[in-house]
Parts: sequence; C-alpha cells; structure tokens
Amino acid sequence: MKKIKWYGIFLLIALIASVKPLTGQEENSPAKKEGGTAASKGEEFIPGDFIIEHVSDSHEWHLFTKKDGEQVAIYLPVILYSKEKGLLFFSSKKLAEGKIFKGFKVIGEGDLKGKIATVADDGTVNEKNLPLDFSITKAIVGMLAAVIIGLVVFISMARSYKKTGISAPKGMQGLLEPVILFVRDDIAAENIGRHKYEKYMPYLLTVFFFILINNLMGLIPFPPPFGASVTGNVNVTFVLALCTFLIVQFSGNRAYWKHVFATPGVPFWLLPIMIIVEIIGLFSKPFALMIRLFANITAGHIIVLSLVCLIFIFKSIAVAPVSMVFVIFMDCIELLVAFLQAYIFTLLSSLFIGMAMPEEHH
Amino acid sequence: MTGATFAAIGAGLAVIGAGLGIGRIGGSAMEAIARQPEATNKIQLAMIIAAALIEGAALFAIVVAMITK
Repeated sequence: MKKIKWYGIFLLIALIASVKPLTGQEENSPAKKEGGTAASKGEEFIPGDFIIEHVSDSHEWHLFTKKDGEQVAIYLPVILYSKEKGLLFFSSKKLAEGKIFKGFKVIGEGDLKGKIATVADDGTVNEKNLPLDFSITKAIVGMLAAVIIGLVVFISMARSYKKTGISAPKGMQGLLEPVILFVRDDIAAENIGRHKYEKYMPYLLTVFFFILINNLMGLIPFPPPFGASVTGNVNVTFVLALCTFLIVQFSGNRAYWKHVFATPGVPFWLLPIMIIVEIIGLFSKPFALMIRLFANITAGHIIVLSLVCLIFIFKSIAVAPVSMVFVIFMDCIELLVAFLQAYIFTLLSSLFIGMAMPEEHH
Repeated sequence: MTGATFAAIGAGLAVIGAGLGIGRIGGSAMEAIARQPEATNKIQLAMIIAAALIEGAALFAIVVAMITK
C-alpha cells in the first residue's frame, strides 16, 4: 500500500510538471497581441516575453493557441470608470489584439504597456488621464477562487466542530487543526503575549491561509482558476502589508509611541535624527513584508517557466526529460517556499504586533 | 555596457551576498547541531527562518534590478 501511495504522489507531480510544457507548446506559435513583440507567426520564440506574460496580470485568461494562430482565451470583463463616459462594463474580447472599442484601447508599447487608455477620434492615445480600471483580471479571478476554496473548507470545518463538539478530529479537521494550533501557539501566543493574542488570531489565521492557498494555487498551471499568480502580484502583497501596518499602528500603546518619538536613553541632540530613523523603520518593515512575499513567489514562477522554456530554446524533444526533472525539483522547492513565506509573513506580522505593545519597563 | 548589463551584474552581486550569508547560517547551525543533537529541531527551524529573511533581502536587490532593467 505504501509503495502505491508514493508512486501515486510522484505520478501526480510528474503530471503537473508535464502540463507546463504542453500549455507552453501551443504558445510557441502565438500571434502576439496588440503590437507586443514583432514575433512573426510561429517562427520566433522570445523566452523573456513568454515568461513576463505568464507571471503578470492580464485582462483575459489565455488557454491555448490553435494551430492557425487563433488564440483561445477566457475573456474577462473590463470595468472602466472614466470622467466623460461614466461606468462602462464590457468583455475584454472587444479590446483584444489592439482593437478600439468605444474610444478605449490597450496601450501597446512603452511604460504604460497593457493599461487601457482613451483614444481620440484621430487615433491619438491620451496617456495622461487614464480611466479608472476596476476590471476583473486574472489575478482577481484566482483570488476569488482561493477565497471560495478557503471559505468552503473552513466553514464546513467549523460546522463539523459545532456538531461533534470536543472530540478527536477527523477528515479535514485532522489536517488543519494542528496547523491552526501551530499558528496560535507558536506564532501568536509567543510573539504577542499569552494574554493579548486572542484579538489578533482571526487576522493572523486569515493572512496565513490566504497566502498559503494562493501560493499553492499559483503552482498549479491548469485548469483556469489555478495558475494565476495572485501573491506574485505586488498590488495584492501591498494590501496585505498595508493591513498589517494598520493593525500594528492601531494597536500601539503609549510605550510604543514613546519609543518611536522619544526613544528612551537617547541624548536630546540625537533625537531629531532618531525620530526620522524610527519613522522610516515604521514604514520599511511592512514594505519589506510586501517585497519579500512578492519577490519570492514571482522568482519561483520565473525560474520554473525559464526551465520549461529551455525546451523551446533548444527546439529539441531530447531536452524535455532533463528539463522536466529540473522543473519537478524546482516545484518541490517552490512548495517549501509557499509554506515558508506564509509562515514568515504571519510570524513577522505577529512580531510587529507584539512590538507595538511593549511592556513598560519603569 | 548597457543598463541591462549593470542590472544583471547588480543582481549577481546581491546573490553573492545572500549566498555568503546563508552559508554562514548553515555552518553555525551545523556546529550547533553537532554540539547538541537534542536541539536539532529548534535549530533547524531557526535556520530556515533566518535563511528566508536573508533571501528576502537579496530578492529586494533582484526586484530593483528587474525594475531598472
């Protein structure tokens, strides 16, 4: 029995790893959209663009490219708010491949590449006032899928606790209860203090499982709600770091603010510099949280995609087994990184919260 | 030497720093485990956390390199 289990797990990992080159193969001959690269149909494969396209957010979910170059994608809704035209809601198919729709167009080149801008009648793109873009993009769909998965798992777990009361956990409870207790005992209680940690448990648990589920979903390339790199999107990690920042500031007590503005033990002539340094430290810690999570996850995706691109750079099927072995190895490391980054984000958040409520020393 | 070359060199230097740092952590962790094998789990945990934090700093540099291209 044990042998079969191990073979099954290995087979599953190999299957997932092999889908990556497949979903890439059809893209090898893409008709590049909206003036992106000058790739002629089917001849050039530019790994840089391929990788950047896969790790960044987009308005449509590209599934594969048919043999005649036609793209098959799920076209996600575009929601725009512009001052002249008000709120607009339409499918991104109308903007695919550089088309102009109702005076809107996706910018093809330059710094603002990929953003939607208004186009005057004579064709000039107005790059100054971009409309507010509230579209449902790939990352948002992935995030919503992760949220739904999380809600389903945890609400059903809570219900089964209510039904059976205090007893030996079974099923999903058995898997998640040790993790939750780990977050409670080793992360929260240790860093925030045995008496004050309960208020912050909901936030810490949410952050931990949100990051974990999104990291894991980013590793699975196929089918659609998986494979959107949510935590690899700097906007998402920015909001998470912002939440931590706000919670830390709002739970600061007097001793904390005294430490920031009037650090004890510092001679008075050094105080102005110390205040600046402390305020910078106030902002740099959540900033580091944001960059750490974003860079770790995106770097992992880029490495795996690069290894898959090796097959297409060498244009030979013989590279495939070597590349697949590397991809499987990197995927295992990425699995470790997924758990580790969720743990580190939660640990550092609880550490900052604990530091915001220092004990008075007098 | 274009800007991209400098960015690549900068990223490489950052990785040197990360490699040295994590190597030192690994070395101290091994010594500590050799001195006190019962504390292996705690030491391993602390080592992984410190390594992830150092990697965070190195990835800062990589992100800056990617942005400036």
